[in-house]
Amino acid sequence: MKKYLTYFKIRLIRGLQYRVAAYAGMATQFAWGFMEIFAFSAFYRSNPSAFPMEFSALSSYIWLQQAFLALYMLWFLDMEILEQISSGNIAYEMIRPIALYPLWFLKNLSLRISKAILRCFPILLVTFFLPKPYGLALPSSLTTLLLFLASAALSLMVVVAFTMFVYIFSFYTLNSAGIRLVILSATELLTGAVIPLPFFPEKIRMILELLPFAAMQNIPFRIYSGNLMGPVIVQALLLQVFWAIVLIALGSWWLNKILRYIIIQGG
Amino acid sequence: MIKLEHIHKSFRVAKRKEGLGSAFRALFHREYQIIPALRDISFEIAAGEIVGYIGPNGSGKSTTIKIMSGILRPDSGNCLINGQIPWQNRKHYVGQIGVVFGQRSQLWWDVPVIDSFSLLQDIYDIPDKAYAKTLSELTATLDLAEIIQLPARQLSLGQRMRCEIAASLLHDPRILFLDEPTIGLDAVSKLAVREFIQKQNQEKGTTIILTTHDMQDIEALASRILLIGKGQILFDGRYADLKKQAKTGLSAEEMVAELYREYQI
Repeated sequence: MKKYLTYFKIRLIRGLQYRVAAYAGMATQFAWGFMEIFAFSAFYRSNPSAFPMEFSALSSYIWLQQAFLALYMLWFLDMEILEQISSGNIAYEMIRPIALYPLWFLKNLSLRISKAILRCFPILLVTFFLPKPYGLALPSSLTTLLLFLASAALSLMVVVAFTMFVYIFSFYTLNSAGIRLVILSATELLTGAVIPLPFFPEKIRMILELLPFAAMQNIPFRIYSGNLMGPVIVQALLLQVFWAIVLIALGSWWLNKILRYIIIQGG
Repeated sequence: MIKLEHIHKSFRVAKRKEGLGSAFRALFHREYQIIPALRDISFEIAAGEIVGYIGPNGSGKSTTIKIMSGILRPDSGNCLINGQIPWQNRKHYVGQIGVVFGQRSQLWWDVPVIDSFSLLQDIYDIPDKAYAKTLSELTATLDLAEIIQLPARQLSLGQRMRCEIAASLLHDPRILFLDEPTIGLDAVSKLAVREFIQKQNQEKGTTIILTTHDMQDIEALASRILLIGKGQILFDGRYADLKKQAKTGLSAEEMVAELYREYQI
């Protein structure tokens, strides 16, 4: 166990070094967040009754999304792993007494967490002081906060478990650019990264809410903002647990299967 | 200690003819070619031996090393090393071997070498005391004291290779696989690496298998050589015997070239 934690720690420390990237990222996230809120407020003014969320809940949703972008964006991958696969340096990874799936899982976790730590606090702080209903509201109760944290952790598991499949596919394609592009365009919409899932038409939404993509950022942000309440939350958390287990089990089975028939590139 | 029996391994390679037309056709229908990499490889190596594994490019040397280190599994045949089948319980097995791939790096590019080493300490669960002892030995014999604090990217190839070798010996493995450890090195570094390999073998009794294209490596190190060509073992025996067979007055290099021609590999 210690060896996995060492990897986690080192990667975390390394990730925390990139401060300039963090400043640039934050600027982008503020700009993007404001843009989204302005666009939604225009819709809201034209017809408030057609709005499926309260406006302040929507603002909280958007600011959380911007603050924790690094945790939940599906296209955010560990380039080092992709490079190892395409160059054949994975040979060195395979002569270590270490299991590859948990190792890569932890590498991705540490990468995402280190990026998020650098970015989230200033965004959370600033948006907390924005005038209502455009800013980040406090959660309605301590229970809500705790449920949010639990759900946020589960989301991270589901997200990383999903991205593990990108690494797995790149064993077949070697260049992951194509898959990354497809994932970016197809899943942004399904996770609720472009518009929150409640804004989808009823019938489509009912299907979307069962997919693994709905078990990512959609649930914790809606719990925090009060859009999900009561027994629905339990259901949502169960959906997250379900997808985390299914994706991790399938991913580690698949990766192990590939490693049996692996070809090392470059002699 | 090491025993390979009738190992076969082939790779499936997508092929296509040159030109735009066939590139376009390959989008819909791919043709594959089965390339046999190893055909019926068998040999045995005893503990404490040092064996030179030679053969032209693409003859299957690296594939054999990768099978022996648990990375690849053969299509058929048996391989027993230290009483274990390398690919069967890979995680457990690889803790007992050391591997250097001369053409790749296991050191972290942007951190001091010593940090890569201490990561390896955790990966291999090496107790602090044993780690300190091995590290100081390796630092002395490989002359690492001055370079160990530098990031790997600032090292010359010779310095880096010495660090790579040290990295693969930190957990004190009984068996060491060296895949082209002297590739691209200058004369001084080559000598240093050779000297070290010899010392490691004599003083620690480490079993060493090394592949190389440099016949002087073989002359200096290996009493026994395995010659592989087109995936088959063509010669297994003492280097001195091979030399006796050859025409006199040939250098080691010429002798091997002659041998490759003779076997048409």
